[in-house]
Amino acid sequence: MNLRNVILFAIMAALLVLVGFLQSPSVAMGMVNMCLISAIMALGVNIQWGYAGLFSVGTMGFVALGGLAVVLTSMPPVHEAWSAGGLGVLGALAIGALTIVAAVQAWKRLSPGLARLGALLVILVVGFVAYRAVLDPAVDAIEGTNTAVAGYLGGMGLPVLLSWVTAMGLAAGVAWVIGKVSLGLRSDYLAIATLGIAEVIIAVLKNEDWLSRGVRNVNGLPRPVPYEVALQTNPTFLSWAEWLGLGATEASSLFVKACYALLFAVVLAIIMWLSERAWKSPWGRMMRAIRDNETSAKAMGKDVKARHLQVFVLGAAVCGLAGAMLVTLDGLLTPGSYQPLRFTFLIWVMVIVGGSGNNWGSVLGGFLIWFLWVQVEPIGLWLIGLLTASMPEDSGLRAHLIDSAAHVRLMTMGVILLLVLRFAPKGLIPEK
Amino acid sequence: MDILNALVLLANFVLIPAISYGSQLALGALGITLIFAILRFSHFAHGDVMAFGTAGVILATWALQAAGVSLGPLPTALLALPVGILASAAILLAADRSVYRFYRKVKAKPIVVVMASLGVMFVVNGLVRFVIGPNDQNFADGARFLFTVREFRDATGLAEGMGIRISQVITVVVTAIVVAALFWFLNRTRTGKSMRAFSDNEDLALLSGINPERVVTVTWLIVAVLVTMAGTLYGLDKSFKAFTYFQLLLPMFAAAILGGMGNPVGAVVGAFVIALSEVGVTYAFRKFLEYLLPDGMAPEGLVQLLSTDYKFAVSFVLLVVVLLVRPTGLFKGQTQ
Repeated sequence: MNLRNVILFAIMAALLVLVGFLQSPSVAMGMVNMCLISAIMALGVNIQWGYAGLFSVGTMGFVALGGLAVVLTSMPPVHEAWSAGGLGVLGALAIGALTIVAAVQAWKRLSPGLARLGALLVILVVGFVAYRAVLDPAVDAIEGTNTAVAGYLGGMGLPVLLSWVTAMGLAAGVAWVIGKVSLGLRSDYLAIATLGIAEVIIAVLKNEDWLSRGVRNVNGLPRPVPYEVALQTNPTFLSWAEWLGLGATEASSLFVKACYALLFAVVLAIIMWLSERAWKSPWGRMMRAIRDNETSAKAMGKDVKARHLQVFVLGAAVCGLAGAMLVTLDGLLTPGSYQPLRFTFLIWVMVIVGGSGNNWGSVLGGFLIWFLWVQVEPIGLWLIGLLTASMPEDSGLRAHLIDSAAHVRLMTMGVILLLVLRFAPKGLIPEK
Repeated sequence: MDILNALVLLANFVLIPAISYGSQLALGALGITLIFAILRFSHFAHGDVMAFGTAGVILATWALQAAGVSLGPLPTALLALPVGILASAAILLAADRSVYRFYRKVKAKPIVVVMASLGVMFVVNGLVRFVIGPNDQNFADGARFLFTVREFRDATGLAEGMGIRISQVITVVVTAIVVAALFWFLNRTRTGKSMRAFSDNEDLALLSGINPERVVTVTWLIVAVLVTMAGTLYGLDKSFKAFTYFQLLLPMFAAAILGGMGNPVGAVVGAFVIALSEVGVTYAFRKFLEYLLPDGMAPEGLVQLLSTDYKFAVSFVLLVVVLLVRPTGLFKGQTQ
């Protein structure tokens, strides 16, 4: 950390403090939380792109899987649903997995030719029919039980913080499968493939109601921090709030947000420490060697495909962790809210603006871009208000412009990305 | 056994929608494949430029409608097409001059240009939402049907019917004309030949005196035509929504890669393969089988392989299978 970087981070902190004074401490604290999560997502993307040069735009998928992991880990199990169709679903999943394994084995073991293709098709068709035959009735049974509040299998009822670990596992597992299939493709083919897989993951979350309740959302997730209502009736807390000169509502909301911020900061610190260690280790040097010249790294005996798979899985796990933290903070899983512009491409802007290949850069990018993402909207509204002030009150154009001001932030992000790519391609904090 | 009814049913629910959707995808995929062939990068802003051009068409259509102009049974949007093409040509050329040209000059890695196209995607996406908003817009007018299901049933006396919408006829006719014109242009005209030469071997093309900037400009203009047509036809057939157009990126890329990146014939074939699989896999075949199978053997379920929400999974799976089995695509595309 040289002086310049310290100054950059100090400016960022000052901006957040300014929000605290100008808007409200609670808004600033909420923003800090989102900044911390964004920084972790950016670190995940930086591991894939900065360390290894993998252009994966499937971030949204891993973030969503992290969110799903929170539900699967921390929600209490729905016993009626399990007895109605739990076994059926498990059986169907087992059949599905067996089919895929059998198909892969057939492809590997049989000699190429029409016979192999035929065998593969038979395995896939029979497997798929069996899978659907077992799954469909089980899913109907599950979704039929107490649809208004449940209609899904629920989770395991474990502590919510544990779900952050399972989120990493789930995202890593899925990333391993995806990586197995799509790594080794040309860089922009990998991008298309990962873009596709992210959409598929979101489609699963939206439609497999037995798993995630689909678009009916899961709310009331357990929280790792106290509830505001509980604090407001706690005499000790109230006396503290009084001593600080804050109202009970404001103090409790601030306290909860600060608890989250503390948790997130600890996670960020751990990830950051591990990332930096990895970057400086022989492993990190090897990854950079592969990134900068694949052919020569191969010639040195490095297993490029295996290393790519490794780093892809690691990055996905970090993104999954960030996704789990986000859902924990919100307290609900809304599969409909995952949008590629927000959860994939915005994270890429963070990494590139911050400085790809530099962990500190990614953290700064995560903070700065999230800050702008939130603040550009009111600024845009203000600017448009200024521009349209001279127009007549009932002008249709004026109303349209003011309504559309929210979309200014997409343009701003694009312009920032283009400017950084063009004039400072190494980002705010360049790779050393 | 009732083969005729089964075929009519299949045509109405699978073949006709797939052919018109495939035509729309083909126009989009042709644009992607041309950009890849000439400029050598994957154009991520394609879906959003498509939305931008279509937004131009919609605004012009509204203006024409307000002025009382109409094409009778045909949609007014056809008259408004030039406006949309101008709009998308303007944005593509502006993006090229302000963004892509720099990377061409410094011979940046393709991946850097792809990232720049992400930036352009953000800007254009924002512009579209700013101009026309994020909601559904309907701009189809004129007659809706060439003939309806009921008319078909009454005329033929079959139990099943088949309807053809005007928008579907227009889609197929326009696509046929545009694709034929494009292939004529690429194969017969001097400029088209120079584009192909540039795509095959850049250095040799430069040596033989081809002006690269001119080739690039012509490419963007052709892409503007293709992309606006694709977007307008899709919007007439279904409806216009900025986010849907962004999502079309995946099937369009899948079609281009399936056919072989950089190969125009491949893009058209790939588009129809993708469209047929998407519609076919998400269609419930129960009634179709009821007609074909003997009484009592009809299946109980819907015989729908996947719910329609998984249509993206179809293009994704096809894409991955092709990349694994035959990375150059069905027709030999460019490898680099």
